[in-house]
Amino acid sequence: MDRILVADSLAKSFQVGKRRVVALDGVSLAIRPGAVTGLIGPDGAGKTTFMRLAAGLLVPDGGRIEVLGLDTTRNSLQVQAALGYMPQRFGLYEDLTVQENLDLYADLQGVPRSERPARYAELMHMTGLAPFSGRLSGRLSGGMKQKLGLACTLVRAPRLLLLDEPTVGVDPVSRRELWAIVDRLVCGEGMSVLLSTAYLDEAERCAEVILLHEGRVLDQGDPAAMSARLAGRTWAVTGPGRRPRQVQAELAGRPGVVDALVQGEHVRVVTEAAEPPVGLDGLEVRATPPRFEDCFVDLLRCRGRTDHAARAGGNPVDRAWTPAGAGRTEGAVIEVRGLERRFGEFKAVAGIAFSIRRGEIFGLLGANGAGKTTTFRMLCGLLPASAGHLEVAGLDLRHAAAAARGRIGYMSQKFSLYGNLSVAQNLDFFARVYGLAGAALRKRLDWALAEFDLAGHAEQLSGDLPLGYKQRLAMACALMHRPEIIFLDEPTSGVDPLARREFWQRINGLARQGVTVLVTTHFMEEAEYCDRLAIMAAGRILALAEPAAIKAMARSPEHPEPSMEDAFIRLVEDTVEAPA
Amino acid sequence: MSTRGGPDIRLRGGQAMRLRGLIRKEFLQIVRDPSSIAIAFLMPFFLLLLFGYGVSLDADRVPIALVAEAPSPDSADFMAALQGSHSFAPRVMASMPEAEEALLKGEVHGIVRLRADFPRRLRLPEGAPVQVIVNGVDANTARLVLGYVEGAWGNWLAARAAGQGQELKLPVALQTRIWFNSEVKSRNYLVPGLVAIIMTLIGALLTALVMAREWERGTMEALMVTPVSMTEVLLGKLVAYFTLGTGGMLLTVGLAVWLFEVPLRGSFWVLWMCASLFLLAALGMGLTISTLARSQFVAGQIALIATFLPAFLLSGFIFDIGSMPAGVQVITQAIVARYFVAIVQTLFLAGDVWSVIVPNALALTVLAAIFLTITWKKSRKRLD
Repeated sequence: MDRILVADSLAKSFQVGKRRVVALDGVSLAIRPGAVTGLIGPDGAGKTTFMRLAAGLLVPDGGRIEVLGLDTTRNSLQVQAALGYMPQRFGLYEDLTVQENLDLYADLQGVPRSERPARYAELMHMTGLAPFSGRLSGRLSGGMKQKLGLACTLVRAPRLLLLDEPTVGVDPVSRRELWAIVDRLVCGEGMSVLLSTAYLDEAERCAEVILLHEGRVLDQGDPAAMSARLAGRTWAVTGPGRRPRQVQAELAGRPGVVDALVQGEHVRVVTEAAEPPVGLDGLEVRATPPRFEDCFVDLLRCRGRTDHAARAGGNPVDRAWTPAGAGRTEGAVIEVRGLERRFGEFKAVAGIAFSIRRGEIFGLLGANGAGKTTTFRMLCGLLPASAGHLEVAGLDLRHAAAAARGRIGYMSQKFSLYGNLSVAQNLDFFARVYGLAGAALRKRLDWALAEFDLAGHAEQLSGDLPLGYKQRLAMACALMHRPEIIFLDEPTSGVDPLARREFWQRINGLARQGVTVLVTTHFMEEAEYCDRLAIMAAGRILALAEPAAIKAMARSPEHPEPSMEDAFIRLVEDTVEAPA
Repeated sequence: MSTRGGPDIRLRGGQAMRLRGLIRKEFLQIVRDPSSIAIAFLMPFFLLLLFGYGVSLDADRVPIALVAEAPSPDSADFMAALQGSHSFAPRVMASMPEAEEALLKGEVHGIVRLRADFPRRLRLPEGAPVQVIVNGVDANTARLVLGYVEGAWGNWLAARAAGQGQELKLPVALQTRIWFNSEVKSRNYLVPGLVAIIMTLIGALLTALVMAREWERGTMEALMVTPVSMTEVLLGKLVAYFTLGTGGMLLTVGLAVWLFEVPLRGSFWVLWMCASLFLLAALGMGLTISTLARSQFVAGQIALIATFLPAFLLSGFIFDIGSMPAGVQVITQAIVARYFVAIVQTLFLAGDVWSVIVPNALALTVLAAIFLTITWKKSRKRLD
């Protein structure tokens, strides 16, 4: 068999509220055996729907899909017996131990008892879970849960393994380990793997990638060959004496420039033609090899998303406003010393300290469970600190939490909007909550609708908005009262690369106006957009410096140019070796 | 590396193994999940204590005020009769204003007033009036007070007549005998009815919740992609929660018989059989709900409104179905618990009365079959 999975004009749509959402719109593709195929695309591209169709868990509206020559709708039981599928949130039974979860899946998959000891040993060795076999799986870390999910899926070696975003929310160390397992399965056991991901850097590890966007296949092929198409169009631009962020603001949206992105000390630029960007005064341009993300952004922009790009490229915060407290010149806006938060025995935040200057973009980087959100909640006065000193906008949060909250904006992780209120009603509500009324309120509403391009959606229910719009609305709500500090908790998770770029343009614009921005992220490359950065793990700050300095910490003869991820992993491993 | 048998071999051979795995999983979850234990064992315990000791529909030491405006041997005799009854806790008061105030404050539920001319008129042919004022806010207690005072009055007259060597001449004399629950203890019919309530909780509420939890936590998706069939998943749940429900039933019956001394006059095995039928119907309802609701919140709401509250209010457990309005009586036909409540109350207090047990057991069988069939037809191994 030369094709292990074949889809032919596959279509599927869902009813969401009053809207009919097309998840897959005529997808035809084929996947070859014995290799890792990546299904790449932003959230909502249709990756999960495709996986579920392949596993026979959904019935297509049109077209067909065959796995191992079997139709997944008509022969779903046989298909399910032959493939392994790990859903995005693998449902581990959290009140069962690691071993009991494995036993359950071995029973369900019909693994003969005689074969189990050997298989278990192999899986435990592969995943490094052997020391934890008696632990309840609810007590495992995110990365370990993911590895246990994979082990349960692999308890009987499947011929085709479907992995739906296995690396989302997993720390970089576990992410590397998961990839090592996948590579081993493919090389050692000859398994075929279809893996979906929203991380574009993972695409480069696949033998073949399928680019999915808005339910359609944009392209399919060897990722290296795809990147190679952009040869000669990618540049690194530096402006001596200028901050990369300023250089980027200048470059983005210029004619002929497809993409401009801060990357460490330089700005990465993709041009439409194989010529360096033109009309630059005092900027140094040198050619740099293309990478997969360039290709993806280029493809997306070619597909009529240029309207976004043009807007994002301009100066989005041109209808300037002055944040409250601007013009003051005192040093630190946020001052944290010895901050601790305990939940029972567990220390979510174990003594951290930092101070942030006005107009700075400060990033908190860490895996899920590192303590980022807890820190944020304490800074916003939503959660009392167990110990330590905490000062925001010159106010001690222990005594003046309410006053401090009036001067900060908070955009929470899940964009807490009222789904059954319209866009305008949400804005109105959040403005009134912060005490705006009358003419000031109307003026601010107009500003928000114009500034965030929401005017066309003002009457739409916010629950029905696409994710990118929800994110914009959430940010608008957080800015209604002109805060001088804004907290953004994982603002870009699940948003496509273009919307992410646009979002960072806005953040840069805010910082230029003197708003202090605190942002958490688990995207390593986003860390590079920050002025300074704290890397967190297990409730502690492992490093706090400018991005370039953090990367420099990981420099070694073998690794002359380490990435942020290399640096992160290095830091985490060093801490494990020498516990503080 | 496992052997590479064809998919069909695994499908045929593994059913017993899969079922065993699922059932073991369910039991492990029940044992480790404090909320299942709470619903299955703690809740019955508290409900029993509440209904066994707390809630009573009998008049037992109801506080009433006694006002004799002019004390005399006759009035003292009458009051002694009331004081001797365990139905009342009478408080003698000197004047009506004092008694009225006590009634207003809720310290007494009624006032019995003997006027100053009571002894004189007692000897006249037209007789002496006794004024009884009751607090009608609590209609149930008010009626009880009225009834008991009347009874006490009749007894007192009879005793008085006997004392004078005469026979009380009444055209019709009432001879009362109470069957089945001769002490007329409301506990004796409330506690058996609780078996139905507790099994509804375990069968419908708990089962609907645990199914919805599988959807919420994403474990259902992971189960579905294995060669397991939906029938096996449902059977796994059925076996586990059937066992748990039986445990709850045994606990309740045991406490009823040994702690509350409710007589069990019928056969225990008939009770067991009927309880099993009812449990199947309740599980069927719970599983049907879970095919409709995939979040624990919604499942819990539906289960409470569609199963638990009707079982409480419309099953005849507390309120007699015969005295409900006709429309409501029709609705109770669809309440599974009513058939079981009828059986349990009969089995405990009357015995193996087949003319009650057989038709109700048949109704339970039919309902169980309907609900389980709906579940089985409705649950497809698909996510949409």
